[in-house]
Amino acid sequence: MIQAWLMQHWHVFVFTLKRLISTPVTSLLSVIVIGIAFSLPAGIYILMDNLRSISGQAAGSPQMSLYFKTDASKSDIEKIRQRLEENAQIVHLQFISKKTALQQLQQSSGVVDITSGLARNPLPDAFVVNTLDSTAEALKQLQTTMQAWPKIEHVQFDAAWAKRLNTMIEFGRTVVLMLSVLLSIAIIAVMFNTIRLQILTKREEIEVSKLIGATNSFIQRPFLYFGAIQGLLGGITALCIIALAIQTLNEELTEIAQLYTLNLHLQHLSTGDNISLLLFSTWLGWLGARISVATHLWQIEPK
Amino acid sequence: MISFKNVSKKFPGGYSVLKNINLTIETGEMVFVTGHSGAGKSTLLKLIAAIERPTSGSISISGQNIAQLKPSTLPLLRRKIGFIFQDHKLLFDRNVFDNVLLPLQINSFDHKLVTGRVNAALEKVGLLKKAKALPITLSGGERQRLCIARAVVHRPIILIADEPTGNLDAAYAKDILDMFTSFHQVGVTILIATHDAAILEKTEHRILQLDQGQIAA
Repeated sequence: MIQAWLMQHWHVFVFTLKRLISTPVTSLLSVIVIGIAFSLPAGIYILMDNLRSISGQAAGSPQMSLYFKTDASKSDIEKIRQRLEENAQIVHLQFISKKTALQQLQQSSGVVDITSGLARNPLPDAFVVNTLDSTAEALKQLQTTMQAWPKIEHVQFDAAWAKRLNTMIEFGRTVVLMLSVLLSIAIIAVMFNTIRLQILTKREEIEVSKLIGATNSFIQRPFLYFGAIQGLLGGITALCIIALAIQTLNEELTEIAQLYTLNLHLQHLSTGDNISLLLFSTWLGWLGARISVATHLWQIEPK
Repeated sequence: MISFKNVSKKFPGGYSVLKNINLTIETGEMVFVTGHSGAGKSTLLKLIAAIERPTSGSISISGQNIAQLKPSTLPLLRRKIGFIFQDHKLLFDRNVFDNVLLPLQINSFDHKLVTGRVNAALEKVGLLKKAKALPITLSGGERQRLCIARAVVHRPIILIADEPTGNLDAAYAKDILDMFTSFHQVGVTILIATHDAAILEKTEHRILQLDQGQIAA
């Protein structure tokens, strides 16, 4: 029973592929339309993803600096180190002594002259810590706590930068979402029309099938397969377009990166993202076909 | 097997095709329906396959009232029936074999058995040699026989034919009538609408005479 059912589906699948191949130009055109429609939001999504990973250190794990009072002793510093190590919010900490700080300052071009004129080192000892939480409120709270610790002069973090980046990423996400929704509707409309034309040309077959005792699901099946397969092929086209675009952009980026001695490189979509995109495009194709079939099939009643 | 109780059919606009029809057809019976053009022969046959619905009255097939049939069970009724349409309703986009294959696909027959079934049906109507031909290349008589092959391939319990000998010469008409007689002999219930006087004169089967939408005595 199940085997007969599977065989039936397999035959419809093969039949649909044959039908797609029998009208190569039309099929290819709608596949390309779907592919391009998908590659736009997916492409922007990748750019956003890359932007986030490039600036990831700043956004993903924010830094805070704790400056000691100038009279803090070695044991004071050790006590604070202990407190920091015990705090679950701190994922990484680095001690910068006043000596190191001065050296770093001197290495930055242009300030050597100023610092060499100083009688004594004016810089404080400091801890630079990376925190687990990146939200502005959490950082603010942590700042207040640490500010109250003994021998701490000042705790500093760049809330504005983290906030700005988060807003940018949020904005990008909204753009991707809007584009995805609009283009999904466009894909459904394309599929709706393709299936409508098919139903019109298959009118006789549908009518005769109904007269002979075909159920609605039997009649619908080839159209739904057609929609799903075109959606899948469109998704595959989108993946090819994206892969090609990243390839081309990366070649250009390598040149720019060499000029600026930076490491710039666009990441491809992850396997999970690829699979979701293919599933989604298949589902959209199926949905467009489903709506079209539901709208048009009942109009064909044999007389 | 088939029974009509007070069945009337009006078309939109108020024209009455059938008026208060009462009739019973037994299992395995072979019945001719005759009458002038427009007497309601086609409508009577279409009511049995639920292609048309009665305006009033009830029609039952094997005890099932088909006037109250849900759309989802309609296909099951139609699978019991082999219908030979006046206008053939062949599909011209596929060959003779695939035309006969369609009812078996709809009935989800085992794929290993369908080829044998289709060939047997084509053999019976003498079209086996033309299995690969397209319907457009067939003569009128051949198309009629193809239509019969498609109607019987899934072995329906009721066979309905609307003017099956319509435009055929006497020799072809006799061939086709002999086919129906052979189906009758294996127990299929058969209804044939015809106005072919030559057939009606010779037959010993029941003849239903329709006159202006009513059964004439």
